[in-house]
Amino acid sequence: MRSRLEETGYLVDDGLAVACFLALRLHRPVFCEGDAGVGKTALAAALAEALGAPLIRLQCHEGIDASQALYDWDFPRQLLHLRAAEAAGVADAERLERELYDRRFLIARPLLRALQTQPSVLLVDEIDRADDEFEAFLLEVLSEFQVTVPELGTLRAEVPPVVVLTSNRTREVHDALKRRCLYHWFDHPGFARELAIVRRRLPEVSERLAEQVTALAQALRGQELLKPPGVAETLDWARALDALGADEADAELATATLGAVLKYREDIDRARGLDFAAILAGREA
Amino acid sequence: MPPSASADPRPGAAPSGADAVLVGFARALRAAGVAVSSERVHAFLRAVSVLRPGVRADVYWAGRLTLCADRDDLERYERVFDAYFGSGRPPVRAVRAAPRPRLRPLPREAPDGLRGGGDEDRPGPPVASRASSAEVLRHRDMAGLDAAERAQVRRLLAAFALRGASRRSARRRPARRGAVDPHRTVRELLRRGGEPALPRRHARSERPRRVVLLVDVSGSMGPYADALLRFAHAAARARRTEVFTVGTRLTRVTRELSHRDPDLAMAAVGEAVPDWRGGTRLGELLREFLDRWGQRGMARGAVVVLLSDGWERGDPRLLADQMRRLHRLAHRVVWANPLKARPGYAPLAAGMAAALPSVDAFVEGHSLAALERLAAVVRGADTGGGGTATAGGVRAGGTGPGRGGSVVEGAGGSGWGEWEGVERA
Repeated sequence: MRSRLEETGYLVDDGLAVACFLALRLHRPVFCEGDAGVGKTALAAALAEALGAPLIRLQCHEGIDASQALYDWDFPRQLLHLRAAEAAGVADAERLERELYDRRFLIARPLLRALQTQPSVLLVDEIDRADDEFEAFLLEVLSEFQVTVPELGTLRAEVPPVVVLTSNRTREVHDALKRRCLYHWFDHPGFARELAIVRRRLPEVSERLAEQVTALAQALRGQELLKPPGVAETLDWARALDALGADEADAELATATLGAVLKYREDIDRARGLDFAAILAGREA
Repeated sequence: MPPSASADPRPGAAPSGADAVLVGFARALRAAGVAVSSERVHAFLRAVSVLRPGVRADVYWAGRLTLCADRDDLERYERVFDAYFGSGRPPVRAVRAAPRPRLRPLPREAPDGLRGGGDEDRPGPPVASRASSAEVLRHRDMAGLDAAERAQVRRLLAAFALRGASRRSARRRPARRGAVDPHRTVRELLRRGGEPALPRRHARSERPRRVVLLVDVSGSMGPYADALLRFAHAAARARRTEVFTVGTRLTRVTRELSHRDPDLAMAAVGEAVPDWRGGTRLGELLREFLDRWGQRGMARGAVVVLLSDGWERGDPRLLADQMRRLHRLAHRVVWANPLKARPGYAPLAAGMAAALPSVDAFVEGHSLAALERLAAVVRGADTGGGGTATAGGVRAGGTGPGRGGSVVEGAGGSGWGEWEGVERA
């Protein structure tokens, strides 16, 4: 599992490798929590690539409902069909109605599409943004991997999709949903792992620059910042410095590009107080 | 395929008896306070069986993935795992738990009025002699109640409802006027076999905002903490309400308060909160709240209510900073201070003075009537002054962090009611 994920450029630690393995074997969704930018969403993309399956993404938002997440009837087409039948002089009303609620008039939204596409990876992103009514409804889909359409009956996935749920913990997700999932907390990676990620994702960045940027990002995380930089920000920073044509960072360049990592004025002020030169020198020693 | 790991530290745990060992571990975890249901145990056993049951790291991760449901569980999990399977560290990095606040003994320096139970100074409007006892009780300071009165107040508190100010949601509901709803219109056309019909309309619906209550349970709030938590319990029935206690540490008690029965809920909270009647470190705890929950979204667009007397043992500057941060995130910041009703009260406590510039509404919280007013402020219904003083609402010019700073200095005694009406520009 691990080596397959790492081939896609996504480095996993032990816990995540076990989580993915269990998700595949036990057909359980993986419930991911952690700071922003630590690779929760990227995990789903990497899984999809590793399994050679399409990634189907459902971005949750307030007010999301079944017709946006699951399925919807294609009313205009149904209407057209009705008109055509009328013009052709079809009189059998019962048959006509049955035809109207046919699979071909069903628009599959992400959840249904994931059940119908085999194999597939389903990403339910930021589940905590959806209403709690939506969770209850997600429950049926994720525990039974089936969907009930009143007019058609129950549609079941023969091969359940691999499901990744992410949450930013803005509210407590209901226990009934969590219980059916594997829970994984994403931590910020250590120096070696983060460096490996930077090297893997940005092969064009010089080794020395990658090391320096990683060291600086790790140092920033040690500060009490409003928003500690995630791996995504480290990558952005390395990219920014590389775009400036730097082969190695110095204190001046690092300060000038702080906007790539820190997004709060207070954080930038605090970081300006840091001695970047000393951190860089400390890395050398 | 599973990751590499060290050898089994317990070779005696043969496959046959292994399940018993694992179930015993789950039980130990439950005893440590992790909510481990039998369904989770079942998942744990299945997970171990598809991994390598003899390998310590596999058991560790299988348990962590299936038995834990929250970041707060991870720390307990580590501890119980180490205790149960011996202390040889699994080849994983330790969980970076949220920094645990250091407990240090603090002198209890509650104001004298509180100590004595506040018998002499019971503020409240003059009460007509024929008013019902419930009506009298409504205005009594809760610090000075006897046992019977307290029981009655509890019953009255249970009937409370706290609803956040409403906001427009993304969802649309059928409505008489508004934009044409294509779905329902087409459905209607379909029903009529394609004949024209009146267009159906829909409009955006309103939803109450999330309400976040931060209840101070430190020593100086002693006489009020029970009543305020009961108030929080009644409020938490609305589903979009979160409750935390602050004292020497921050505890999320939303789940404990979800018991229907107020007494059971209070018992659950009593067990969950480790810092009853300790000191207060408002600034630090507010920062913890914002870091772990608030900034991620819990405080965004919410009505945040602090129920505290504002006695801050830490650095008031930190509190001021964090209050500014909170003010930028939240829709409204309401501070309910039970001491505010006392005659001659001025927010001179360092914490209170530091926080006030970032507070949208500053209300009392000492009696049932005051809590009713608080509920009205949270609902957004209370716009004018009221309470202790209504005349000529003082509105500090301009907006921003500096707003009202001078008022803190200038006004003393009564006159703090004006804060209640100050709306955000």
